[in-house]
Order: sequence, then structure tokens, then C-alpha cells
Amino acid sequence: MNNTLDTIMIFLVLTNLALLGLSRLGTCIRIVAVQGVVLGLVPLLMNNWHFEIRLAAFSAVLIVLKGIVFPRLLTKAMRDIKTLREIEPFIGYSSSIALGTALLIICMWLSSHLPLPVETISELTVPVAFFTIMSGLLLIISRKKAITQVLGYLVMENGIYTFGVTLVEHQPVLVELGILLDVFVAVFVMGITMFHINREFDHIDTDQLSNLKV
Amino acid sequence: MSIFILGLTVILAGGLVSIFLGRRPALASFLAVAGAAVGSIISIFPCFKILLSGIAESMRLEWNVPFGSFFIKIDAISALFLIPIFGLSAIAAVYGMGYLSSYSSRKNLGVHWFFYNLLLIAMALVVVARNGVLFLVSWEIMSLSSFFLVTFEYEQEKTQKAGLIYLIAMHIGTAFLIAFFVLLGNHNGSMDFDKISVLPSSLASILFLLAIVGFGTKAGFMPFHVWLPYAHPAAPSHVSAVMSGVMIKTGIYGLVRTLTLLGTPPEWWCWTLIIIGAVSGVLGVLFALAQHDLKRLLAYHSVENIGIITIGLGVGLLGISKGSPVLVVLGFTGGLFHVINHAVFKGLLFLCAGSILHSCGTGHIDRLGGIIKRMPWTACTFLIGAIAISGLPPLNGFVSEFMIYLGVFKSDTGSGMNELIPSLIVIGSLSLIGGLALACFTKAFGVIFLGLPRSSEAQHAHEAGTCMRFSMVILAACCVILGIFSPLVIRFAENVIPEITSLNTEQIQIELSSASGILNHFVAASLILMGIIGIITVLHKLLFGRRIVREAVTWDCGYARPEPRMQYTATSFAQPLVDLFRFFLRTNKDISRSEDIFPAQSRLNTDTSDICEKYIYQPGFKFLSELLAKLRWLQHGRIQLYILYIALTLLILLIWKLMKA
Repeated sequence: MNNTLDTIMIFLVLTNLALLGLSRLGTCIRIVAVQGVVLGLVPLLMNNWHFEIRLAAFSAVLIVLKGIVFPRLLTKAMRDIKTLREIEPFIGYSSSIALGTALLIICMWLSSHLPLPVETISELTVPVAFFTIMSGLLLIISRKKAITQVLGYLVMENGIYTFGVTLVEHQPVLVELGILLDVFVAVFVMGITMFHINREFDHIDTDQLSNLKV
Repeated sequence: MSIFILGLTVILAGGLVSIFLGRRPALASFLAVAGAAVGSIISIFPCFKILLSGIAESMRLEWNVPFGSFFIKIDAISALFLIPIFGLSAIAAVYGMGYLSSYSSRKNLGVHWFFYNLLLIAMALVVVARNGVLFLVSWEIMSLSSFFLVTFEYEQEKTQKAGLIYLIAMHIGTAFLIAFFVLLGNHNGSMDFDKISVLPSSLASILFLLAIVGFGTKAGFMPFHVWLPYAHPAAPSHVSAVMSGVMIKTGIYGLVRTLTLLGTPPEWWCWTLIIIGAVSGVLGVLFALAQHDLKRLLAYHSVENIGIITIGLGVGLLGISKGSPVLVVLGFTGGLFHVINHAVFKGLLFLCAGSILHSCGTGHIDRLGGIIKRMPWTACTFLIGAIAISGLPPLNGFVSEFMIYLGVFKSDTGSGMNELIPSLIVIGSLSLIGGLALACFTKAFGVIFLGLPRSSEAQHAHEAGTCMRFSMVILAACCVILGIFSPLVIRFAENVIPEITSLNTEQIQIELSSASGILNHFVAASLILMGIIGIITVLHKLLFGRRIVREAVTWDCGYARPEPRMQYTATSFAQPLVDLFRFFLRTNKDISRSEDIFPAQSRLNTDTSDICEKYIYQPGFKFLSELLAKLRWLQHGRIQLYILYIALTLLILLIWKLMKA
């Protein structure tokens, strides 16, 4: 079980680094979707594949939302506004990956010093959760297109989720569902906003929104 | 206590129901006003009981807020402030129902009444809270709900400015109060007010100064009063009445409560209070005299009356530090009785101002005139309020000021020059205030109600509706009753003063009975005088009633076409006094007149802006905004960088915390 979980964690690290280094929005959307699906399986895994309706329903909701609904919404938004690539991000792709690696080291250091109330199942979970949150933030900060920022937001949520699901034996499902609802609404609203921003200004470069400032 | 809570619940229920009835303004207003009135009547009974018996009631509930507990207690001081809060708010609510009915098609009255009832509850909670956190929360609810009441006509630029000034002033005041409660709670080890330990004198003095600024901003001490002349004219009149009548008194309450927490006062505290009181009183009335707008004038009179109350408290405090029972009893009785009196007559005057505004559409004194014939009820009640606020016998305003005078005249602290100075300051400033207030209200009443209408608005004035008249008459009756029964009414202090000082009950009773003995003479004399006036009036009616009344123009001596504009104006009435005090007022006169042989058009414009605002706050805030403008580059509008700030802050804090561990 530990091995599987560790594999998933390493998969998370790799996908995060890939997100930092890729410019094609379609690929990014798919990577985030795969991340979501894999993480959706974790609750079942934690329970040793022992079937329980509550957990199964929870996993199903997660997988459906993160694996099907969000990618569809985002792909549709991407097509509607005819933006396929992230062009000229604030921080270049290679430097993003370098920064990401640095962040990974910082996160490792942080989690080794972080006093935790309970024993974790795998040593990797806490640093990876931190790293996922940080790379989500990095995506939000360094990219211009609104879609990438939504993706960053989703990645951040994945990080929070990883932290919660692996740390606590019986994750309060309600809390997670609450966060999920927030994210769902956020993606929904952002999709609509992006559409309108695009229609109004013919682009979704958020840095140019600062021109609206008086 | 449970009856008190029940009353508050009724008020809250009225407010909550009305917020959902925005589409049916008449029903929303009625339910909210009914809630406020019924709830106030229910809650006021336990207050009277506690004030008369002196037995406090308290309640403590668990509250999951750090350092907080839902600890409320009604003692005689709280009860004394609760009575005007409930009384005036209920009466003003009934008035407001009539006053706002003409707005019902344009405004969402449900929201307005929700905030009104919320303000009422918050004021009651402020006065009964016995925990620092609960106090601050109620204080903040009070400030915010009154902000929404002030900005009722938010589409007007004047109101927006007033609301902004009010909001900023309240929060600067609250900042000082937070510091006050944190320091006090830190020393006592608990935010509850009943855990008092002896404070070192330096800490007590710092706390006293914080309280002066924090509570003084709410109460309207000079120079923290700048929000009053903006907020009161902008707010609807029943809200001005409540804010000026009772809400600013929560500042006075806070100060009194502070004095009970801080232990024996050093002498300089008394000096501070007396000087603040004298300055607020004299400058308040002087600025009132120079105003052209009725509600602005009344707002400055609030500053003046807060000054009188503060003088009373200062005299009482001086008594404590000098060990003179007569100063303690008469100073505190005078100051606290003035709290109630000011609530009654200032509430009344604001309501009268409201009905003038409602029927003429303008509060500019020089555009009114002669409306006594069209609005006899308003005129009569305004006159009663004006007599009361000027401190003339036999009405209530006289009694409270007289108590303070009596205290300093009878003071037995010694006959050296040092001992006489406070008495001289108090007597001098009180008499100056009284005289100027009389001049100011002679001007206001004379120009507004007498003579001939100066504009078409005043020509078409009409009497206020039933609700509004009812409220004004009740308050006017209260002025008379509190004045005539004052020898009995001042006995309320028997239970209040022991909460503030350690004076024994016998001494308090002796002082109060000697004071009420003197008051008896005054009341008897003024009743006889009133009787004589009554007899003369009746005789006048009987003897001259059958004569034919012929109307003629007022000034018909040589003018070919006399017209109302030739009348004496408020500005010219006040001019000698304004010129006398021009050092303080700094009135800006803009005169243009022709120097030719033949008269041509000429004009005069006077404008008295607030000295504190002009010479302290405007330069201060300008400096501040220039200083802060240097940080504008941080605010560039790039959302990515904003998130970077947050992320970096979090990361650095986390690393720092873990490095320390």
C-alpha cells in the first residue's frame, strides 16, 4: 500500500513539473484531469480497497467532477475563446521548472520541520502536498491566460486535498465536499467570466486587465 | 433580565421581518416600528425597577470567542442610560413612520428599519455589556448600523461625504478603544469588567487618555466632533434625533464606566474633563450661532450639551479626588441628569427640525419665516425645546445645569485661589454657554417661526402628520414633567452615585434632599409665574377677544414696496456675537457692494467652517495621503503580483515559524 501511495505522490510531483513546463493549454487541462482522477482513487486506496459505500460515492463524485466535468468546461472555454497556447508567460518555462525544483526542496525542508499531530502513512505525502499547493500558486502568479490561472487554482485544491486525505485517518468528507463545491463554482464562474472578458477585449490576458484600474 | 431580553428579541424580530418586506413599505415600516416601540416598552420596565431599587441583575453565557464571554449586567448606571435609549428610540420610530412615508416609492424602507432596530439593540447591548470583546462588538454594530442610517439618501453627494467622514471618525475612535480594552484586559487577566485589580497610576492615566479620545469621538468632544455637523444634517431627522439624543451618550456612558474601572482619580483627570467640557461647550454653542442650516446648528448644540455633561462629570470627579461629597453628588447628578434631559429636548428639536424640513424642503434658516401660523404644533413644541435647551426655568434643561452651578457654589474644598479656579471656570463657562444658547435659539425660533415667509417653500408649509405630531408632543410634555417634578426626579441619583464612588448612602441623601429643597422653591416660583401668565392670557382673551383684527404690512413706514426679504435675517441677528468671537469662529465674509451714488445690486455671503476641521484635520489628512501616496507603486493592479505577495508572505511566515521551532 505504501508503495502505491508513494508512486502516486511521485506521479503528482512529475505532473506538477510538467504543468510548469508546458505551454499547450489542452495538454495542461488533460494533465490536471489525470491528476484529479488519480487523487480520486486515493480514498479507496487508504481503505485497502475495502469497499464502503460512503467512500465509493465520495471517490465517484471526485472523479466525475475533476476527471470529466472540469476538463469539459475548460476545454469548451478554451475553444470558445480560441486560445490554445500560453504565450509569453511572466516566468519562462525552463525557469518555471527550475523554480519548481527549488520549491520542491523548500517543501521537503518545511515538512521535515513541521510538527504533525498524527503519524503520516507515507513520508512523501506532506512535502508533495505542499509542493502541489505551491506549484498551483506559481502557476497563478506566473501565467497570463485566465485558463491557466483556473488550472493553477485546481492544482492548489488538489494539494489541499492531498494534505487532508492522507493525513487524517477518517477525513471529514463534508469539509472536502465543501472545498469541492467551492472549486466547482469557481470554475463555473471563471468560465463565464473568461468568456465575457474575451468578448469584451478579444483576449484573456489578465495582466492587461490592470489597464482598467483608474 | 429575562424581560429585558424579551424586549430586545421583539425589537430584533420587528427589524428582521421588515427587511423581507421591502416591496410593501407601509407594512414593513409598521411592523418594524411596532417591534421597536413594543420591545422598548417591555425592556424599559426592568430598567426603571433597577434604577429605583438599585439592585443590579446580571447574566453570563458561554461564548466561543477568544477572551469573550456573553456577560451582561444592568446596574443603576446602565439603567439610567437605557431609559432614554428605549424611550427616545421608540418615540422617534413612531415619528419616522410618518416622516419616511413620502420616501416609500423611492427607497427600500425595510432595510432602513432593519438598521434602525439593529442600532437600538446595539446601543442597549453597549450599555449592558460587561466584557471587553462583547462591548467592542456591540460598539461596532452600533457604528455600522448608524452609518447605514446616515447614508439613507446615498445618491446625494453631500450624504456620501457625511457618511465617509462618519465612518472614518468612528473607526479612529474604535481603534483607541481597542487599545484601551487590550491594555486593561492584559493587566486584569480577563476581559470581564468584574475582575478589577488595582492599576498602577501610569497605566490608569494612559487608559484614561485612551478612553477620552475613544469615547470622546463618539460623544463629540472638541476637537473630535467634526463628524457631528456632517452626519446629523445628512441623516433622516428621526435618526438624527436618536443619534444626537442617545447614541452619542454611549460615549459618555463609556467614560463613566471607565471611571468606575480605573480607581481613584488623580486631580489632573478632573481638570482635563472640566477643560474639555468648557471648550466643547463654549465653542460648540459659538459655532452653532454662526450656522445657517437648522440641523447643522442643532448638531453643534449637541457638542455644547456634551460639554455641559462633561463639566458635570469633571466636577463630580473633582469631588472624589478632593473628598467633597457636595461636589460629587451635585456634579454627577447634574451631569447624568443632563444626559436624560438632552436626550429629551434635543430629540424634540431634531424632530421639529424634521417636520420643518419635511414640509418646506429646506433647513436653511434664512429661507424660512412666519411658519408659526402654518405649523402651530411644531412651533409650540419647538419653543418648549428651545426654552429647555437654553436652560431656562422651569423646564428640565435648567435643572441639570442648576445642579452643577449649585455644586460649585456650595463646594467646601477651601477658599484659596487654587481651590477657586475650577469653580470659576465652571461657573464662567456655564453662564457663557447659557447666554449664547439663549441667543442662538432666539435667532432660530424668531427667524424660522415669526415674521413673514422668506421663500415660496416657507409660504406653502403645512403641519406635520399625526405620527410626527404625537412624538413631538410627548417629548415636549416630558420636558415640562421632568422640569416640574425635578425635586423628585433627581432622587434617581441615590442609586447611581454609589456605583461610581464609595460615598455612603446617607451623605448622598443629605446632599440630594438639600438640593431638592432649593429646587422646590424654584419650581413653586415658576409655577406661580406661569399661573400669572395664564391668568393674563385669559384676561386678554376676555377683554380684547371681541375686537376686530385688521391685518397690515409689518413695516409700512416709508417703504413703497415692503417685502419679506427686508426682514431681519438670522445672519444679521447673530452678527454682533459672531464678530465678537471672530478669533475662534474665523467666519469667511464675502461682500460685494456698489460704491456709486445710486444703489446697485450688492451681496453678502458668510461661511463659518469648522476650525478643527480646517486647521487640524484637513492638513493632517493631506499630509497622511501624501505620505501614503509614496506606497502607490505597490498597488499596480496586476493580480498575479498580488497573489505573489500573499504566497510569499505565507511562505516566509511558515519558514520563520519553523526555523524558530
